[in-house]
Amino acid sequence: MTIRFLAKRLPLSLITLWILSVIVFLGGQLLPGDVGRAVLGPLADARAVAHFNHEMGVDRPLIVQYGSWITHFVAGNFGLSYTFRTPVAPFIADALVNSLKLAAMAFVLVVPLGVLGGVWAALRVGSLTDRAITLLGQSLGVVPEFISSIVLILIFGVWLRWLPMSADWPDDSGPLTQIYYLFLPSLPLVLIFFGYIARVARAGTVEALDADYTRTAVLKGLSWSIVLRRHVLRNALLPTITVIASLIGYLAGGLVIIETLFHYRGIGGLIYTAARAKDFPMLEAAVLTVGAIYAIASLGADLLNTFLNPRLRAEEAQ
Amino acid sequence: MTGGEIVRPRSLRSERLRAAGRSATLIIGLAILIFWVTCALFGSRIAPLNPYADNLLATLAPPSFAHWFGTDQLGRDIFSRVIVGARDILTVAPLATLLGTVLGTALGLFVGYYRGVVDDVVSRVIEAVQALPLVIVALMALAAVGTSNLTVVIVIGFVFTPLIARTVRSAVLIENSLDYVAAAHLRGEGALYIMFVEILPNVLPLLLVEGTVRFGYAIFFVASLSFIGFGIQPPSADWGLAISENYSLIGSYWWTVIFDALATASLVVGVNLAADGIQGVLQA
Repeated sequence: MTIRFLAKRLPLSLITLWILSVIVFLGGQLLPGDVGRAVLGPLADARAVAHFNHEMGVDRPLIVQYGSWITHFVAGNFGLSYTFRTPVAPFIADALVNSLKLAAMAFVLVVPLGVLGGVWAALRVGSLTDRAITLLGQSLGVVPEFISSIVLILIFGVWLRWLPMSADWPDDSGPLTQIYYLFLPSLPLVLIFFGYIARVARAGTVEALDADYTRTAVLKGLSWSIVLRRHVLRNALLPTITVIASLIGYLAGGLVIIETLFHYRGIGGLIYTAARAKDFPMLEAAVLTVGAIYAIASLGADLLNTFLNPRLRAEEAQ
Repeated sequence: MTGGEIVRPRSLRSERLRAAGRSATLIIGLAILIFWVTCALFGSRIAPLNPYADNLLATLAPPSFAHWFGTDQLGRDIFSRVIVGARDILTVAPLATLLGTVLGTALGLFVGYYRGVVDDVVSRVIEAVQALPLVIVALMALAAVGTSNLTVVIVIGFVFTPLIARTVRSAVLIENSLDYVAAAHLRGEGALYIMFVEILPNVLPLLLVEGTVRFGYAIFFVASLSFIGFGIQPPSADWGLAISENYSLIGSYWWTVIFDALATASLVVGVNLAADGIQGVLQA
């Protein structure tokens, strides 16, 4: 049944990715107009511009360019960087590893906090604690990352001097030092995501607490902790998984700001530098990588959801 | 049409006005928003000192009676700059929201009304665009076309278009099956008339909620883009821009960034409270 689900879901993801590649390609090749002029600047010699365009292959018809770009891309050859004149792929790979570290740090902190906050609020629906958690999560979720980062840097980096203000750790740092350096940059993400995760966890718990199966479990004399663990939380936390997956897509946008702010060499920082330098092959490859990760994450969330939810599995089987 | 039907919407409206008066979130949100709009409109007259005047004898002065929020690298009065700094973001963000809402509504009405292949194609494209964080889409487009207040408005407006279209589309799908649309068909009304005169007024409350929520996001994006240098450009006193200009000084001169940061945070939270309040009132 999971296979049948995959057969239905996978083509959709592939179509989405294909459309995305066209959009990204058009954004990088069509919007700038004359690529060589955009990269080399308005004062550059016309022959230099023509030479650059020819060397980079951007003087060919669009459809030919797209064809060669996308076939190379699928084969793992992401093209040459305009800035460094070397292959893009190694840059993307290094940046991705760094971003994964930062993202992992943020999720390790925020998922338990958010779930705990949401369930805690749901168990006291309507109370002051509930409203405080909801309002706090909501307000923190709408404040831009660079604003919360500035405040956090001032508090923990400048005034208390507990944490380093840059994520750029010394070269031979071990894992513990890296975690120490990653702590402050991950906090703005934690603040943004806390509200989202808490809200969904709260809504799921409230619904499960109200369900007939919970009433039955209580009435047949099960202890409260067993009811909570086996009946309430198992059902309540399913939607939370989907939200966490959708946050992975959002994460990349936040990373652009945070990695720039903390001088961190991740995929967001790479996108920022490439956009600044008008290094379009680098920009296209990085952006498409982000899109692909999002597509994989949402596919994974759907799979996990069917796998964990017996009701959905039964529907698939019919 | 009977008299009763004319009276009913009016009483609903007064009911909503009364609910609006009771909604604390709406009132607080609107108060914050009105405060910053006033600063944006009359900032140069409210500001105690010239926000653009350098004073090289008083650079990086800490907060004092002469300079409530201190001065920046060029000796400019930060209190005055925070007041006029509301202007550009409160010009660019509403215009971008307006552009996105107009285009998105038109697109949503068309695909929701005609459905079929157009709907399928547009829905796929919307889904693909959503796979990317908006900041990244905007960054890519702005890197390609160049940054100015106008291009920021256009890029954010275009990025919002599919998102608003999706909301409008799903509302139109529901309206389509209602009797008044069928009646309009039977009267022989044209498609454009049905879309814009019959259906559009019925999705307006939803559009108002969607618009205010998007406005909150627009402020978020304009501020973030200005901070990374792809939004509002110097010599504006814009908050995001001011933070990026002074960020390297954060270790010793905290006052050069904290007040702009607090101003941005208050505006974003204010707009979101107002959006929440409007949603609550309309759904009451």
